[in-house]
Amino acid sequence: MEWETVIGLEIHAQLATKSKIFSCASTAVGAQPNSQASAIDLGLPGVLPVLNERVVEMAVLFGLAIRAKVAPSSVFARKNYFYPDLPKGYQISQYAEPIVSAGKLEIRLADGTIRIIDVTRAHLEEDAGKSTHEGFAHSTGIDLNRAGTPLLEIVSEPQMHSAEEAVAYMRTMHRLVRYLGICDGNMQEGSFRCDANVSVRKSGSTQLGTRTEIKNLNSFKFIERAIEHEVERQIEIIENGAKVVQETRLYDPDLDETRTMRSKEDAHDYRYFPDPDLLPIRISEEYLASMARLLPELPDRKRQRFVAHYRLSEQDADLLCEETAWADYFEQTVEISKADPRFSARWITGELFAALNRANLSIENSPLSSTSLGKLIARIDDETISGKIAKQVFDRMWETGESPDEIINLQGLRQVTDDSVIERLVIQVLENNPQQIEQYKSGKDKVFGFFVGQVMKLSEGKANPSQVNQLLKAQLDKAP
Amino acid sequence: MTIYPDTVAGIANALAKRELSSVEITRHYLDRINALDRQINSYITICEAHALEQARAADRRIASGQGAPLTGVPYAHKDIFCTKGIRTSCGSRMLDNFISPYDATVTEHLNNAGMVLLGKTNMDEFAMGSSNETSFYGPVANPWKFDSVPGGSSGGSAAAVAARLAPCATGTDTGGSIRQPAALCGITGLKPTYGRVSRYGMIAFASSLDQGGPMATNAHDCALLMNVLAGFDAKDSTSVDHPTEDYSATLGHSIKGLKCGVPKQYFDKSLDPAVAASIRQAITELESLGAQCVEVDLPSTELAIPSYYVISSAECSSNMSRYDGVRFGYRCRDPVDLQDMYTRTRGEGFGKETKRRILIGTYALSSGYYDAYYTKAQQIRRIIQQDFKNALAEVDVLLGPTSPTVAFGLGQKSSEPVSMYLSDIYTTAINLAGLPALSMPAGFVDELPVGLQIIGDFFSESKLLQIAHQYQQVTGWHLLAPPLGG
Amino acid sequence: MAIVNNEVQSIATLARIEIKPDEVPEFAAELTKILDFVTRMNTIDTTDVEPLAHPLDALSHSRQDVVIDDDICGTLQANAPQMENSLFLVPKVIE
Repeated sequence: MEWETVIGLEIHAQLATKSKIFSCASTAVGAQPNSQASAIDLGLPGVLPVLNERVVEMAVLFGLAIRAKVAPSSVFARKNYFYPDLPKGYQISQYAEPIVSAGKLEIRLADGTIRIIDVTRAHLEEDAGKSTHEGFAHSTGIDLNRAGTPLLEIVSEPQMHSAEEAVAYMRTMHRLVRYLGICDGNMQEGSFRCDANVSVRKSGSTQLGTRTEIKNLNSFKFIERAIEHEVERQIEIIENGAKVVQETRLYDPDLDETRTMRSKEDAHDYRYFPDPDLLPIRISEEYLASMARLLPELPDRKRQRFVAHYRLSEQDADLLCEETAWADYFEQTVEISKADPRFSARWITGELFAALNRANLSIENSPLSSTSLGKLIARIDDETISGKIAKQVFDRMWETGESPDEIINLQGLRQVTDDSVIERLVIQVLENNPQQIEQYKSGKDKVFGFFVGQVMKLSEGKANPSQVNQLLKAQLDKAP
Repeated sequence: MTIYPDTVAGIANALAKRELSSVEITRHYLDRINALDRQINSYITICEAHALEQARAADRRIASGQGAPLTGVPYAHKDIFCTKGIRTSCGSRMLDNFISPYDATVTEHLNNAGMVLLGKTNMDEFAMGSSNETSFYGPVANPWKFDSVPGGSSGGSAAAVAARLAPCATGTDTGGSIRQPAALCGITGLKPTYGRVSRYGMIAFASSLDQGGPMATNAHDCALLMNVLAGFDAKDSTSVDHPTEDYSATLGHSIKGLKCGVPKQYFDKSLDPAVAASIRQAITELESLGAQCVEVDLPSTELAIPSYYVISSAECSSNMSRYDGVRFGYRCRDPVDLQDMYTRTRGEGFGKETKRRILIGTYALSSGYYDAYYTKAQQIRRIIQQDFKNALAEVDVLLGPTSPTVAFGLGQKSSEPVSMYLSDIYTTAINLAGLPALSMPAGFVDELPVGLQIIGDFFSESKLLQIAHQYQQVTGWHLLAPPLGG
Repeated sequence: MAIVNNEVQSIATLARIEIKPDEVPEFAAELTKILDFVTRMNTIDTTDVEPLAHPLDALSHSRQDVVIDDDICGTLQANAPQMENSLFLVPKVIE
């Protein structure tokens, strides 16, 4: 019996504004409980919401980036329910008239297949506060700092058919919102949350099976595992003749399983209605045009350009385009180095990323600027130093911030490229190692490497390796 | 015995001429409140120390030549407006212990104008009512007849002004709550155009209908107070950025040639014949001043109340959800779990009428009923607004009774919600349409006041006040004060 | 449109208001009367009529993305029914 998996994803992206969606309180994390909740966020009697214009800009940028319809008029609606972290007893959200609808996201799978997933809608809403259940014997503590933080809820059509596709969609969306500068994508801190709606059906069936909603998916790995586990669970249920229960389930990463969330007593009747405290958001053609001008180069375009223009491998292009900051750093480095871009790609994805990871720094805080790295690569390219020496110079640059030229000159690291000098070194090595010459002559090719090593040692690593090879070969050929 | 001026204009004038100090006039009103309010119960919180402090500051300000037009003039503030550091109860046990940590924008305006807050006035709980009988703090008595209602929900403000326990007051109007108590207490009250006065800090009942406004013994005073209250507020998304004006500038203009429409639907069987006679007399009076009155058609009149009750209940059911015992206000004792805390806090904290409206509103918005109730009511709302637009295309203003009867007896309608709702027949449609309207005293029936309502086009407050002022130049209803039993 | 007693209870639950069993019939009767009254709305045909949500056709206004502290934080304890370590406390919620 062939089964088909059907997955729809709901993402809550916290928009990276300074202040909240309806109040002027700060959205910064880590503050003392209830120190960043204004009268409006607290839902005090008499307060009223006022929309943050930046939130609209961000939603529109997103809509344009996924080629969606941006509504000329969209409405805020109240979603009514009671929970202690929801101060007004309703969440201001959007229901019948969301700001963005009917968009498309292109995803690439590992084998290169491209799929286009429809994004049903994206709408604006406010986040709730946080509940703390630990620390009090019989009470729950409520912190409303997060209440009122702007969210963009992005809903996909149920068009993904594997955990791989779901993860690809998530990654693509994750990168897009960061590129647009509308969300920092920090999944651990909860600024990018994903819920998955999963169901199965017999292959070829057009009817959707009963779906479950899986929450608490805050890493790509968890999403993959949770979906796979849930699919297995549902198939087993159906094969045993039972029915899948429509419910919300939580993914437990420790046990690698999903389990029922304690079901809320009554089915939610949210009694949505247009919020009378807010007027509809009107988006004019002029506004849309001005936002379109602000769109940055999007990840897919950039990646394609890197492959075509810089001749990078798909893999390198993919990696460098993961973040706008990495891509920018790369392009700046290439510009300065004036060398083959693939050098820059190698140095960035290799040495630089390794060093940044060790020091736990982001590229924005790299002690080595793209200009410095570019200059270093230029010196390799013009053969001032060898690749091996360059690694030393890199380390020193990282530590001291000195320029490559300063270090090269100070430490006398210039590559030795004078044939006569190298030849003298080669001759000296050969004179000092007659036995090895014998061994080489008798067919032990590996000894060649030994001689190269000795010449490099004598030259303190500065001899140009290809010249060493050439001259050494010549000398060995001459030797009796 | 000193005779103090008892109008806003009179007091402001005397203060400016240094004939009177703010402290003196404030003490005068505080004394009257102490002596007489026991019988009326128009105040929930009397702010004696605070008032005198403000009065002293006002006197200093006037002395230094920095006084604004109403600096030093005392006022009463409906207990629906947040006042920083002062209890703001909204007439409810739910907020009996709530000391507002911030000032409503309207309160800020009054403070900046240098006016003196005498106290917070009694009101129907959360502004839901037409008789001021639903207050946690007990009913308010009509100063003209203590066993009659003053009207509601701004019953405390209306009674305080009528009994001369304040020269003026603030009120709020969602379905008639300024105009109807003004009519029943024989004073003048204005509901401005929706969005004209800021709602920030004005505890919400029905957000798309609520509007704050002035109440005083005459139109001139209302205009002066309106100058303080009106204005765009960036903190209120429904506030309209329409230029303000001096609402007293055109009071003295003649109303010759004014075209008035009298809706024929208003004079039906629900209108008390004696009240009808008073109203017709008042209309004749206006005609003698040069107004031209014709009959007009407002076919949707009957639909206003049901539409109003659905919309206001729906909005209120959601606005009331924040009263949950979590962050402020009443919390029930010893809750066993969260749901118990919610249900008992709200069960005990809210009065019956509030609970009824929340239930109706919840029902109207619930799945399966939304279209039949809420959508339908909003559609009727558009029809009602169109009817007014059509009528106001033919005439400048509409005239009619504010209330179908004079003040009814305490307890007479409180057990019959529908019958109570029907007393709002002339007022609710105006809130649905968002138009401004004013009520002014126009006579007496059985020794109880009758109010005439004047309805205008959007932002025509000056015209409404002008018409009332002109009427008040040739009549004396607004000068009468209740005897207060001696 | 009669509201039956158990409907009153379910609406009351949605609205989180405790209605004691002996109060239910009275509420049911009153709510029924009110809802019956409200059906007057059906005497008029409203097909194709656009609902009116806001009385004035005003333009929405928004605000700039700036942080302004309204100093309310220090006043919370005074009005809070139960507050400890800067957290509002409610009876324990079991997830």
